[in-house]
Amino acid sequence: MSPVTTRDEEADVALELAGVAFAYPDGNQALFGVDLLVRRQERVAVLGPNGAGKTTLLLHLNGILGRAAGSNAVGTVRVGGVEVSKSTLGEVRRRVGLVFQDPDDQLFMPTVRDDVAFGPTNLGLRGDELQTRVDEALDAVGMLRLGDRPPHHLSFGQRRRVAVATVLAMHCEVLVLDEPSSNLDPASRRELLDVLADLPVTVVVVTHDLPFALELCERSVVLDDGRIVHDAATLEVLQDPGLLARHRLELPVGFDPAAVVPRGRARPSPSIP
Amino acid sequence: MGAGHTHGSSRSVSDGLYVHGATPLHRLPAEVKLVGLLAFVLTVVATPREQAWAFGVYALLLVGLLATTRLRPGLVLRRMVIEVPFLVFAVLLPFVALGERVDVLGLQLSVDGLLGGFNILAKGTLGVVAAILLSATTTPRDLIVGLQRLRVPALFVTILSFMVRYLDVVVDDMRRMALARASRGFEAKHLGHVPVVAKAAGALFIRSYERGERVHLAMVSRGFTGTMPQLTAPSPTTRQWAVVVVAWALVATVAVTAVVAGDRTAWLVVAG
Repeated sequence: MSPVTTRDEEADVALELAGVAFAYPDGNQALFGVDLLVRRQERVAVLGPNGAGKTTLLLHLNGILGRAAGSNAVGTVRVGGVEVSKSTLGEVRRRVGLVFQDPDDQLFMPTVRDDVAFGPTNLGLRGDELQTRVDEALDAVGMLRLGDRPPHHLSFGQRRRVAVATVLAMHCEVLVLDEPSSNLDPASRRELLDVLADLPVTVVVVTHDLPFALELCERSVVLDDGRIVHDAATLEVLQDPGLLARHRLELPVGFDPAAVVPRGRARPSPSIP
Repeated sequence: MGAGHTHGSSRSVSDGLYVHGATPLHRLPAEVKLVGLLAFVLTVVATPREQAWAFGVYALLLVGLLATTRLRPGLVLRRMVIEVPFLVFAVLLPFVALGERVDVLGLQLSVDGLLGGFNILAKGTLGVVAAILLSATTTPRDLIVGLQRLRVPALFVTILSFMVRYLDVVVDDMRRMALARASRGFEAKHLGHVPVVAKAAGALFIRSYERGERVHLAMVSRGFTGTMPQLTAPSPTTRQWAVVVVAWALVATVAVTAVVAGDRTAWLVVAG
């Protein structure tokens, strides 16, 4: 399958999915031909009800599922112009940082520093270069002070921020988060938003926290039954009650999307034609 | 080495069995302590049981070491409770063992059993106290570093490090499940309730297994290819190794003296 973009545009594309379909070994079809284009510096929310295939889609972005995993999956995934395949897995996993929903799944080393160093160590970094990476990543999420703690001594919100640092330390270009606001108290949720809004990377967020999506992401795609059924500005999606109702999405009672000031970017995102 | 990144400097909360402190034994790298512990235990075990004085000397040495760590004696005593099941066996031995009998406070006790009981009591207690010294002055992380550096097979070290990390998580899971059972009026009172608890254990196993799969996915996502990174920590200095070797030499001298003394007594018995 050839990319739908021209060479000039290619440099501007962070993620490109074409005709991605996937069925689990038990026959349960989770994705039915997903096409998605995410440009560099864009922040995109993937919205959808439980069981829509959101997490399955995420696992395609770094080749855990899909063709590279050796299954007979259909469709191509490109990350910054590199097609995800067995031979490019290492490069793809460096470029795409996946943050899992439960930070206890992500943080497994004895201390926070060790855990943040895990990814860059796998990339071959050692010594001072490695320590600098770890410091930068922990600093970016405001956790530098707690580096020597074991992960289970941190609060849930702190653990989630460390989980973000573990992939930032790999200098990922695309940050992919699975339900980042789940189980967070309002203050932790706000702190995570602050952290994510300041990162100079492309962000893909899977969530059903619509206000979170609105604040962070300028664009939203709605995934339902393994298909992308809508792709528009987040505000537009949230102001369409019929669309939300059709796909089991709901705003908090009394929430006015128009009143929210979305988080801007330090660097303006490239214009979208 | 991560210069300037001192590990274990800002711990205020408990970390396994580790008790925060800044004594020489706390600072001693884990691999040195592990080798020292192993050498001590082997030497103690090799000491003939008839030479009671030798065990007294070992105990004095351990108490001296304990004093340098500033550990509270109450804490050490509490942790020694783990030994109790073995002590029960040691106490029973004089009553059940065969052979020559001796009269103690009107009780007919086996000489072999008494010696055997003392053997378990003395060697067991010394070993347990030495292990408490190690675990109370070494963080789980440093222990893992030490085992890695001692070339313990990587798979064992990895399993151990995962156990340390996920023990709390699994225990929390278990506690939540027990709480949810109790909230619905369940109380394990008699044997008839075993199936319920067994099913809960099964559910916990499946949960942990699934977590294992998710952890692996997260590791693979960060470029894991099968080898765990070597953790960094300060390396032992020649002086630190030397201190442990000298300390062990002291213990070994006691053991050798005990063996020689034991041989002479045996020779005298035979000659007499």
